Amino acid sequence: MTLRAPPPLIGTAGVEVVADRRKVLLGGGLVLGFAFAAVKAHARSTDQRVNNAGAQPVSNKDVADVAGAGFVGFKPDAFIRISPQNQVTLIIPNVEMGQGIYTGECMLIAEELEVGLDQVAVVPAPPDEALYKQPLLQFQGTGGSTSIRGAWEPLRKAGAAARVMLIQAAAQGWGVNPAECHAERAQVLHLASGRFATYGQLVNAASRIPKPQQVALKDPSQFKLIGKPAPRIDTPAKVNGTAMYGIDIMVPGMKFAVVANCPVLGGTLAGVDDSAAKAIPGVLQTVRLPNAVAVIGEHFWAAKQGLDACRISWNPGANAKLGSPALWADMARVAQAGPGAVAVQQGDVAGAYKGAKKQVEAVYRQPFLCHAPMEPQAAVVHVTGGGAEIWAGTQVPSRAQAFAAKVLGVAPEKVIIHNQLIGGGFGRKLETDYIEQACAIAKQCPYPVKMVWTREEDMQHDNYRPMYLDRISAGLDADGRPVSWSHRVAGASVTARYAPPGMKPNGVDPDAVEDAAEPVYGVFPNMLVDFVQWHPPAGVVVSWWRGVGPTHNIFVVESFVDELAHAVGKDPVAYRRDLLRNVPRARAVLDRAAQAAGWGSPLPARTGRGVIVQKCFGSYIAAVVEAAVSDEGDVTLRKITTAVDCGLTVNPTLVRQQLEGGILFGLTAALWQGITLKDGRVEQSNFNDYRMLRINETPPIDVIHMSTANPPGGIGETGTTAAAPALTNAIFAATGVRIRELPIDRALLKKGAKPQGAAVLAPLGVAAAAALAQGLAAKAAEGEP
Amino acid sequence: MVAIVLNVNGQMRQAEVPPDMPLLWVLRDVLGLTGTKYGCGIAQCGACTVHVDGRPVRSCVLPVSAVGNAAVTTVEAVGQTPAGAKTQKAWLELEVVQCGYCQSGQVMSAAALLARTPSPTDADIDIAMAGNICRCGTYPRIREAIKRAAKS
Repeated sequence: MTLRAPPPLIGTAGVEVVADRRKVLLGGGLVLGFAFAAVKAHARSTDQRVNNAGAQPVSNKDVADVAGAGFVGFKPDAFIRISPQNQVTLIIPNVEMGQGIYTGECMLIAEELEVGLDQVAVVPAPPDEALYKQPLLQFQGTGGSTSIRGAWEPLRKAGAAARVMLIQAAAQGWGVNPAECHAERAQVLHLASGRFATYGQLVNAASRIPKPQQVALKDPSQFKLIGKPAPRIDTPAKVNGTAMYGIDIMVPGMKFAVVANCPVLGGTLAGVDDSAAKAIPGVLQTVRLPNAVAVIGEHFWAAKQGLDACRISWNPGANAKLGSPALWADMARVAQAGPGAVAVQQGDVAGAYKGAKKQVEAVYRQPFLCHAPMEPQAAVVHVTGGGAEIWAGTQVPSRAQAFAAKVLGVAPEKVIIHNQLIGGGFGRKLETDYIEQACAIAKQCPYPVKMVWTREEDMQHDNYRPMYLDRISAGLDADGRPVSWSHRVAGASVTARYAPPGMKPNGVDPDAVEDAAEPVYGVFPNMLVDFVQWHPPAGVVVSWWRGVGPTHNIFVVESFVDELAHAVGKDPVAYRRDLLRNVPRARAVLDRAAQAAGWGSPLPARTGRGVIVQKCFGSYIAAVVEAAVSDEGDVTLRKITTAVDCGLTVNPTLVRQQLEGGILFGLTAALWQGITLKDGRVEQSNFNDYRMLRINETPPIDVIHMSTANPPGGIGETGTTAAAPALTNAIFAATGVRIRELPIDRALLKKGAKPQGAAVLAPLGVAAAAALAQGLAAKAAEGEP
Repeated sequence: MVAIVLNVNGQMRQAEVPPDMPLLWVLRDVLGLTGTKYGCGIAQCGACTVHVDGRPVRSCVLPVSAVGNAAVTTVEAVGQTPAGAKTQKAWLELEVVQCGYCQSGQVMSAAALLARTPSPTDADIDIAMAGNICRCGTYPRIREAIKRAAKS
């Protein structure tokens, strides 16, 4: 899908640019008309923006035409294409899944290329590791809040280099000094002579100019676009039904597949009697896969009716009796036995712990989580002689291409991936299982197939955010400051499964300890953070989920710091301020959030405020959640306040959107979500038993955006990492009950309920914790309670 | 299979479908109107919301045979109604949308609300919109956009 940028609203930076141009150009009759045209383009109203549909989908063939080798025009690099007709098309390396990256990355290129957002069309990058590898991830992917951080320099440099080449081409043609020319709104101007040329007129000449090795980038004070709340370019099509997601693709002759995966994770298909299905009008055929059955129909409904009519028998396999309590017990055993792979170790942790004025320890547990994006898993596959075409949304186009090729038994270059808008990613579309399964089905069909998973399949056959078990302890000095800090993370490793080269040689999964090994407070004087990898049973697959490692670790660290503050009778904000005395950016966001939240002002009974501060993905965030707890244990969100310093900001609208949405995503999980297994099957099935926050449960959110001159930080996941501990700290303030396990168990919050501490797991004894902290498992027996 | 005639977006459309087939799949898979989304199939999320004679209904659980002669309006045409146009405009002005997948349903629920309650209170908004799930967390902006649309 190609998106054409809608004209910006009146009142954005575009008006300033145009006003300047009119002042400059009024003297030159030749260019006057153009100036007025530009003004007119900018003066289009929101009504027109809606009715003109703004971003318009065009055929996928056009994407290939622009991004492919056959493009005719100026193509200075992987990202910029300018046609002789002056159509500027930007190939965006990251995928649009709601975070607004089409707009953000477009702004980076357009800023230096000197084109307006209303002048460009946008296409998603095709699979190509060489051209579109994400600099921070080191593969072609979108995730980990890396997009803007990775693209910040390369995309601006691409725009600047192309602009230099276009200016040079024009100057050569006019026989003038390039320094006397400048570019704006997709044209080069020589003011002294009143000459101008559109970029389209310069494509041939610019193509002959050598690409400059070094280009100067604008000083931030010169930015026209970056830093402005430019309207999103993908949204007009999303309010009038014309936006196309993977699930919406229709190709000629296409049929529809609905799938039943073996309900027991890791189980296989034993057999299927589809005689009743075949009698249903519109049912075409049944496809048998090693672990699933698909029925193909003339439409989803026929296929679904056919599938429901099938009598399927399964081989449940080794997980037939698997349940969540057994998984927790196994993980606890592994976590205790160790040994841990050391992420950070310094000082004498055990000695400092023993000698500390006060010792605090806790165990935290977090559940499997399902991604559950609003768009269920879907892909359209057309297998042709020797290759295939695939239409689907994916966060990893090259990986999708390679894995699809493997299923199809063809070379990757024979697989064409048409990437689509994604109806919510959150990490789900870093996985390619749905594309691979659609390929396996389509391979057996003589027509293109659209495979659509039901919501039940989506929830029961996800690759889940790992369960985590964290044991953490600290020794505090007379001032209440930690002098010893020990944190053992246990959980399945997503990195080991998904990107094995990312594992440290000693067995640490950097994702699993991210922001535990380097808390926002810095490394404590005597500190040990280690990781024990737990291996889930085959068939239970773990995956990255919004906020990745930090979502789990910020909950542990910021809950525990709150415990420390209360253990020494200090105010949670004041306690953090003291620990952050050498971290001014963190202190600044903390102060702003606390002030805006009315920290310290009186609240009704069983109502409290919880605070967190974090440095995640290169951004500093503080958040305060205000919540009330009823006598029955029901939790009501009253107010959310967050202050963010993400450095230089590309588009403040996107920052606010991501903070708001991210924090609600995290609160939703903390309040309701946990995937559990019984008899090898996922117990949750749809939104009725895997609850989502709704509008009537959503409080006002105040985002205080503190822009600083630091390099841009990531933003897409920062709200999510902040959410759970801010809420559970608020619940502690309201009730005195410390929540150490997610999702929040309301039974613990009933007035007068007995405190249960860290769920069913007793904390380690003091000596055992100290021994573990030394990595000396043999000593663990000594003094064990 | 029966031949069903539907009044969709002001046009009479014919479809050869089973009478118990939910309207959602007739719109999407037979008539090609993919703006209406599938989210849950059990009327829990509201992504499939369309108007039937102006009332918001979850098309994923509405058998097509139950529509009869009623006028069906989908997100593709709701902009032709005054409330729909106001809603879409406010949605863009307040930058409501992120991934956008649920927004067809959100716009339809909001437009139906504004058509019958031109100046909704917060409580009205809660009642009308609580059936629409958004995974991106656009709720605060949805609330503000409905208020903006009401004032326009």
